[in-house]
Amino acid sequence: MPKRTDIKKILIIGAGPIIIGQACEFDYSGTQACKALKEEGYEVVLLNSNPATIMTDPDFADRTYVEPVNPVVLSRIIEKEKPDALLPTLGGQTALNTAVAVAEAGILEKHGVELIGARLGPIKKAEDRTLFKQAMEKIGVAVPRSGLAHSYKEAMEVIDHVGFPAIIRPSFTLGGTGGGIAYNLEEYERMAIAGIEASPTNEVLVEESVIGWKEYELEVMRDMADNVVIICSIENFDAMGVHTGDSITVAPAQTLTDKEYQILRDASLKIIREIGVDTGGSNIQFGVNPKDGRLVVIEMNPRVSRSSALASKATGFPIAKIAAKLSVGYRLDEIPNDITRETLASFEPTIDYVVTKVPRFTFEKFPQAEAHLTTQMKSVGEAMSIGRTFKESLQKALRSMEIGSHGFESRLFEKPGDYRRTLTQGELDELRTNLRVPNCDRMWHLGDAIRAGFSIDEIYQLTGIDPWFLRNIEQIIEMESLLVTQKKLMAAGDQQFVDLLRNAKQYGFSDKRLAFLWEVTEKDVRELRQKYEVRPVYKRVDTCGAEFEAFTPYLYSTYETECEAEPTDKRKIMILGGGPNRIGQGIEFDYCCVHGVFALTDAGFETIMVNCNPETVSTDYDTSDRLYFEPLTLEDVLEIVATEKPEGVIVQYGGQTPLKLAVELEKAGVPIIGTSPDAIDRAEDRERFQALLHKLNLKQPENGIARSFDEAEKIAGRIGYPVVVRPSYVLGGRAMEIVYDIEQLRRYMKFAVQASPEHPILIDKFLQDAIEIDVDALADGTEVVIGGIMQHIEEAGIHSGDSACALPPYSLPDEIIAEIRRQTIALALELKVVGLMNIQFAVKGGTIYLIEVNPRASRTVPFVSKATGRQLAQIAAKVMAGQSLAEQGVAGDIIPEHVSVKEAVFPFVKFPGVDTLLGPEMKSTGEVMGIDMDFGKAFAKAQLGAGVKLPTSGKIFISVKDSDKEHIVEPVLKLANAGFKIMATAGTAKYLNEHGVITEHVNKVKEGRPHCVDAIKSREICMVFNTTLGAQSVADSFSIRRSALMQEIAYFTTVAGIKAVTDGILAMQRENLDVCPLQEYYSPS
Amino acid sequence: MKAILALADGKVFEGKAFGAIGEVSGEVVFNTSMTGYQEILTDPSYCGEIVTMTYPQIGNYGINKEDVESCKPFLSGFIVKESCPFPSNFRSEMSLDAYLKENNVVGIEGIDTRALVRHIRTKGAQVGIISSVDTDPQSLIEKAKQAPGLVGRDLVKKVTCDSAYETSEGVWTLGEGYADATGKERNYKVVAYDFGIKRNILRNLVSAGCDVTVVPASTSAEDVLVMNPDGVFLSNGPGDPEPIKYAQENIAKLLGKVPLFGICLGHQLMSIAFGGKTYKLKFGHRGGNQPVLDYQRQQVEITSQNHGFAVDSDSLGDHVEVTHINLNDNTVEGVRHTEYPAFSVQYHPEASPGPHDAQYLFARFIELMANHKN
Repeated sequence: MPKRTDIKKILIIGAGPIIIGQACEFDYSGTQACKALKEEGYEVVLLNSNPATIMTDPDFADRTYVEPVNPVVLSRIIEKEKPDALLPTLGGQTALNTAVAVAEAGILEKHGVELIGARLGPIKKAEDRTLFKQAMEKIGVAVPRSGLAHSYKEAMEVIDHVGFPAIIRPSFTLGGTGGGIAYNLEEYERMAIAGIEASPTNEVLVEESVIGWKEYELEVMRDMADNVVIICSIENFDAMGVHTGDSITVAPAQTLTDKEYQILRDASLKIIREIGVDTGGSNIQFGVNPKDGRLVVIEMNPRVSRSSALASKATGFPIAKIAAKLSVGYRLDEIPNDITRETLASFEPTIDYVVTKVPRFTFEKFPQAEAHLTTQMKSVGEAMSIGRTFKESLQKALRSMEIGSHGFESRLFEKPGDYRRTLTQGELDELRTNLRVPNCDRMWHLGDAIRAGFSIDEIYQLTGIDPWFLRNIEQIIEMESLLVTQKKLMAAGDQQFVDLLRNAKQYGFSDKRLAFLWEVTEKDVRELRQKYEVRPVYKRVDTCGAEFEAFTPYLYSTYETECEAEPTDKRKIMILGGGPNRIGQGIEFDYCCVHGVFALTDAGFETIMVNCNPETVSTDYDTSDRLYFEPLTLEDVLEIVATEKPEGVIVQYGGQTPLKLAVELEKAGVPIIGTSPDAIDRAEDRERFQALLHKLNLKQPENGIARSFDEAEKIAGRIGYPVVVRPSYVLGGRAMEIVYDIEQLRRYMKFAVQASPEHPILIDKFLQDAIEIDVDALADGTEVVIGGIMQHIEEAGIHSGDSACALPPYSLPDEIIAEIRRQTIALALELKVVGLMNIQFAVKGGTIYLIEVNPRASRTVPFVSKATGRQLAQIAAKVMAGQSLAEQGVAGDIIPEHVSVKEAVFPFVKFPGVDTLLGPEMKSTGEVMGIDMDFGKAFAKAQLGAGVKLPTSGKIFISVKDSDKEHIVEPVLKLANAGFKIMATAGTAKYLNEHGVITEHVNKVKEGRPHCVDAIKSREICMVFNTTLGAQSVADSFSIRRSALMQEIAYFTTVAGIKAVTDGILAMQRENLDVCPLQEYYSPS
Repeated sequence: MKAILALADGKVFEGKAFGAIGEVSGEVVFNTSMTGYQEILTDPSYCGEIVTMTYPQIGNYGINKEDVESCKPFLSGFIVKESCPFPSNFRSEMSLDAYLKENNVVGIEGIDTRALVRHIRTKGAQVGIISSVDTDPQSLIEKAKQAPGLVGRDLVKKVTCDSAYETSEGVWTLGEGYADATGKERNYKVVAYDFGIKRNILRNLVSAGCDVTVVPASTSAEDVLVMNPDGVFLSNGPGDPEPIKYAQENIAKLLGKVPLFGICLGHQLMSIAFGGKTYKLKFGHRGGNQPVLDYQRQQVEITSQNHGFAVDSDSLGDHVEVTHINLNDNTVEGVRHTEYPAFSVQYHPEASPGPHDAQYLFARFIELMANHKN
């Protein structure tokens, strides 16, 4: 069957902002889909609110709507665009849910829009627990014992026949939000109620626990002719009980015989056919009892998923691209396999290496949250690695994580020689707990348990991790012992030593880890390897185990004999990516890397991408000319450079990850292009930075460096409270705090960070109520072009990544903007920036202070590019490759007529017990963009895009700190005049009443019931304004913010936010928000 | 202990000995299945071959009593990147290494198997020698040059059964093992020629309702017809079909008298009996992911394959129809006689190892027999 000609225009829904459970894998899948459908000549309309995505670049669709992803907006776009078809299976759960809502409302039928990929029936059959269970029973595939509950009473009935431990899964939620495992009735009651609340259909599935069973996933594809293939099997390292997104996973399945694997395969074929997913990819999860092989199906996603992105990268089979082609009627055997060229997509990839994915967590950002892993996903990113054996692949994955690990470091033993030390009973107990309760450090605890002499059987009993994996780790630890005992061979440097070194490298030991074990430097190990020619080779990922020739240089390193890199002698530039996503470094940097590739390709260079994040567009083999799927460490990068010999390496696009390597790479002779590492250091080193400012006569907030508590007290006293305190050299505002008095300073230094000569503390004057400004600029050494000036909504003191911002600035005087431009240009020229630069300013009382200068790509580059239509990352890449701004014809600011607002999106709902207040430490996982012709509307769209349910009528609850009271009168009065009822706690109510706002009084929580939290929980309240100061008041009001979050009630915790949302709501009241594609903003007719 | 693999063209790989210690020669081939090494080891079709597994970690789930396709391994040698000394599976009874030692199969591990596979892919399958007794590469290359290849050899006689036997073992299910059809009514009497038959073919025939008698490869057509079968099955087997003249002649005699179904070598022999020709593929098809298009259903099935020779589609006469093709290289994967009830496939519908997509062919055989009966 060739492609369908009865459809011409296809609407694709993206996944919206990056959240836990839905990250940039959906930009990867969406981008592939857009490309594939455009290639086929379809007109593509796209909806996605996330500006940091590649798919929302105006070139990837014909009409790109950067608007909130919700049913109202989708309906509006359908009315306006009248597409022939809607493809909902490539934008995660968000896209699927939005499509279902619109389909059920009859909108699709009304406008004659066909759901392609998966129809409504199959989506519901896969997603609705009851229907799914019935379908499985029909085809004889076992499911765990289970029951559905919609109320407390039903929940109690269900648990009777399911028994403990029981798994609670709310229906239609992402990444298992609101779910968990209950071991007793008390836990069960709490979780069942929370789950029912979290589910949009108020439904939870209570399920027989298969904790400790082996977990597998199969990626399945089906075409319209009912051809079905399995793309990849994945075996979870962690047994059932840990969300698959939080599990270490391995491809292919390792411990199933063919007969057992075929049972999973047969079941998968039956399931996709019975559910009736017409075309595209699905992911099916199974539990297998390790004792007898009994199988149960856990769930099926009738869409591409995080696992399909992983499977695509693991096999070289581009699931999303093929899914898009299947959705328009192609058969699998009509689509060529890009890698082999001569074969077709209708086959099952076979791999000749082992792939390991390790999730990355950020529990340190949420100290109140329990750092345990459960069925609710908590990881924010992942790294994947490829090796010829599991051991090599696993150790490469550990060093890809960038969490300071370079292998199996010990948590218990200090020196390599200490391993036989007898552990105390306390240490043993703790170790056993760390093995039994899944946690993000368990891998290292496993290493210690083996070092401490635990038997594999005991470790298996404690963890449920298959002995095959444990034995492999045991081999690594045995090799570690051998390396330590045979250290003496190093001096002789004979064949025995070379063999030992080679074996260690084949086991995946990093140079850094070897250096530790041999008590030498990393450089020493590197030189030994060079001397004895123990160097990696690069093998190709080819979908077929070398049966056919691979035409795509998608490579990974290993210590074997034959190298397949076959570097060319073209002019080439290498771009280092950002590694695993984390809070503070996410999709924005991948966006920059991908744009770098586009620009350099355009400029005639061969592009080489290095990255280890399987979710990204940058690691699509289709993006760059050559892809090295490798850890971003000095060792791994140097080896690639040695093989490829690029004429330039770009380190300023992948965030901190490659930047941290810059100095070492340069020292090793790597040609780094763009801003020099010295200039980067000049901006980062505090003392050099001060000298720079002094030279340019620029101001920064008063500050000092304290190496002891006494010093800190003196400095704070000198510059005056409040002050911002933080340890030197931190990322994303780690452990940064605003300190208002000496008591708080004492507490901070006692509990949070202890100052010492080696670890000084930085103290800055905190500019209260200052306006924060972000500037992105381009420079080529002689010319500077301002990319965009953004005014933050929240005041200085909230991490810039967590703050909303507007472009162009919405309330800054022209002379301030002019001065900001002048200072930006001066800094760029002084630092000889070649490429991108980001500066943060604070404006207070007409004075401009410099907060930070980063001569590299920033988090805001994609937003600015989307807002202005100028591709900053592309221009900068060409600048780095030697084309001046003038040569590129880039000059002057673009100041759009429209207003773009960026809003941050937070993961608080996944972390029970965590406060939602914002501060200097970044907590957001993603961002959305709202665009419209005025600030109010753009802000409202940004809020809606972030999932905030903005009300246009109802009762607002207000409780603000004293100093804010005068500032909120104006906005609250406006809202009251616009028909909102106002409710407040005593102090605020009194103040508002005195200032002309009729305000109802409600008790604070500690004043007795009914109180404000009761009002929130009973949904009497439609929105919450709550600002606080001081630990006590923060603690008192915690339940207000937390219950508003859980009830999905809009809440604002800063005065600036309150003012902005007031504008937004008033704009929404005036008229319905309309939708408009980016293409029209850029070229107004 | 050191072991060496030397190929006739002079390429040498140095690795570690595993399995039995010794020296063996054979045609070096590769199999891309990620699971199913035990079935591969015991598939008699690998007689005369040294098998390289492309998946690097082999032996992970050990060896069990059940997953065997014949009484013992018939292959010449086994090559893996890393053999697993600590199998983990509830059915595992011993390690791969122990099994190979017990069955006197010489193996080599720790070589760059991907480099070997790429070499075979570009240079073609060729004779090689694994040795853990002679570790002089030059001497081994010379021996490899002298050792016989597959072309023109009758390897069937090495693997066929000595005398006829009956079987009532049916297909495997988890927890139940193999079904026992003893005493169960089976409506179709099938005589199966054993050219090196895989047990799972027999199990599928039994479970499909066939009363199966297995006969040695040299059994005459007359002796088969005397048994008055409803159908005759032509099994898989090792090596080159061309020199197996006796089988080709017997098949020609059976054609038109009784429904025929052939798999793999059986397919090639039947095609020759139909008047066609076979040729040696550069490096063959061995794995569990080969896409085959069934023209009749217009569907793609993912198949298990193991063959180094193929039927030349141009050589087939007018009365022969190609029913299946390989989508990777468009080679013939199935034929059907347009006048007489006879069909065959190049691949393995019995799977084991591999996907079950083509199991419908056993039902086709039953249908053919049913139609012929009436």
